[in-house]
Amino acid sequence: MLVNDDETMGYRRTLKQKPRGLWGQLLQNKKATFGLCIVLAFVVLALLSPLLVRDPSAFLAVPLAPPSGEYWLGTTGQGQDVFAQTLYGARTSLWVGFSVGVAVIVIGTSVGLAAGYFGGLVDDVLTTLINVFLIMPGLPLAVVLAAYLPAGPLTLAFVLIVTSWSWHARVVRAQTLSLRHKDFVNAAIVGGESHTRIMFLEILPNMTSLIVSGFIGATVYAIGAQVGLEFLGLGDVSVVTWGTNLYWAANNQALLTESWWTIVPTGLAIALTGFALVMINFAIDEVTNPRLKSESAWAEALRAAEVAPGFSTPVIRSKDA
Amino acid sequence: MPEPLLSIRNLRVEYLTPNGPVRAVDNVSFDVGAGEVFGLAGESGCGKSTLALAALRLLPPPALITGGEVLFEGKDILGMDDAALASFRWRKISLVFQSAMNALNPVLTVGAQICDVIEKHERVTRAQALERSAELLRLMGIDSTRLRSYPHQLSGGMRQRVVIAIALALKPPMMFMDEPTTALDVVVQREIMQQIAELKRELGFSILFITHDLSLMVEFSDRIGILYAGKLVELSDAKSLFEKPRHPYTRGLMASFPAVRGPRRRLDGISGSPPDMLHPPEGCRFHPRCSEAIPRCRSTRPPLLRVAPDAEVACHLYPAEARRP
Repeated sequence: MLVNDDETMGYRRTLKQKPRGLWGQLLQNKKATFGLCIVLAFVVLALLSPLLVRDPSAFLAVPLAPPSGEYWLGTTGQGQDVFAQTLYGARTSLWVGFSVGVAVIVIGTSVGLAAGYFGGLVDDVLTTLINVFLIMPGLPLAVVLAAYLPAGPLTLAFVLIVTSWSWHARVVRAQTLSLRHKDFVNAAIVGGESHTRIMFLEILPNMTSLIVSGFIGATVYAIGAQVGLEFLGLGDVSVVTWGTNLYWAANNQALLTESWWTIVPTGLAIALTGFALVMINFAIDEVTNPRLKSESAWAEALRAAEVAPGFSTPVIRSKDA
Repeated sequence: MPEPLLSIRNLRVEYLTPNGPVRAVDNVSFDVGAGEVFGLAGESGCGKSTLALAALRLLPPPALITGGEVLFEGKDILGMDDAALASFRWRKISLVFQSAMNALNPVLTVGAQICDVIEKHERVTRAQALERSAELLRLMGIDSTRLRSYPHQLSGGMRQRVVIAIALALKPPMMFMDEPTTALDVVVQREIMQQIAELKRELGFSILFITHDLSLMVEFSDRIGILYAGKLVELSDAKSLFEKPRHPYTRGLMASFPAVRGPRRRLDGISGSPPDMLHPPEGCRFHPRCSEAIPRCRSTRPPLLRVAPDAEVACHLYPAEARRP
């Protein structure tokens, strides 16, 4: 027999081309690298800020001085360094954002999995709970809670977790319900696996992209909502965060005094972080859903040939035979 | 053969995968005459279904037709726009595929679903459409009272018959049948195939019949094309293919299923696996699995040549006969 397996399959060559694992593929994706770079830059700057800049709360110079060599981004209405405030602000804002993201995912996923997997009474109780939290209007409730509880980042994190876990739980429950009756779950039950094992090792990995995108969505929401609540004065205004930066800028009539440098850096930092996280989300969607990726190559080929995509398979006659 | 009804010329289809383009159908050409049953056979993944769906322009992204022509009654399907295709499909060529019985909508009655097709393409009243639907069901051997049934009230075989009835609804000159009976047991399979053959004699449509069940194919087809890795390796009359398969791959396929009568023999099958289509082998695509490969097979791709009045083969083992006119 003239059978040479390597030659038949061409597997070796294919394997070499394939990037290894989720991380390998993410690092090859432009959107992901772009987003990761921005987020990492903010995290590193936030962590190192005590080494890089002055005390952000100290009164240092003339109030509302425009950017200069001494104060790169000018000073606030209290004569504090805006650059230092922007970097220090990232510490609290990112910390609150990511911990809310993690908590929402952990709580939402566990509740959703349990409700979808066990069904019956467990599902009834948990779904009622989810629904109760779902119909509470999130931001107004957050405003009320933040106003009554002692002010501070921890309170805000708590408020945001309470008001946003239920949406994720609902999504996970729905997905679990559809996976619950797949043959591989039935096989696992017959095989005698424990409930926890089936839930977390059989069902959960099938919704990785859902969970990751839920995490990123919750984080972006948490950063934005925290800034919003603090801007309204519902946080601890003595703590330096992105939200209180904007609160003080507004308090000091940044727009009337045309001191743009007190609002633009923080605003840009928030927008960039959100943008970077969303980019990572898109990239993960592409990597975990190969169809999207190949469809982008397909769309590119159509654009190059100036063929409009329709409802039928496109025809692009290439010259080579 | 007179003017062919369907003529596929050098059809090329590619899937643009993240790892590079995969040519799933590579320069395939064949004709199907009016009233003829053309069988297309090959292993899973050899491009059978891709070819049929590409000819109807029904492949979803990331598929791309990169060359060739599909002429039906002289008109090139590849040149049609969406609107032209919408009135062409089903009226001229209809399609029955493998799990077609799952294509029925569970919340509509069978009658409503047959009527929908007729009313979409022709100006008829509901009563006329219903009458024709009843007639179609009778043709497929189902009682017309079943028009008011929902798909879940029918058996798998009946549902498949309903789908074939829908494919027949506009009396198209041609039907593509992509493994129409694979999901059914052999008895029902045979019944349905015989019914189709009978209807074909009565109504005179052509069939492009796709299956990996060679025995069924040999029995019901007039001519057969064998696809391997996106290329046509053998094209011949069904009888001649059955009696004298020429290409080593065809011989391997024929040796892969047992005969009902005759002496017991070992089933040899074909060793190895189908090639990775991202990097198909040089030369003849079958050479790594071929027991009769000669050095030339590694380097030169054999063209499809006529080796007998009723057979064309793409194989270096048959060069001498090819030069005969």
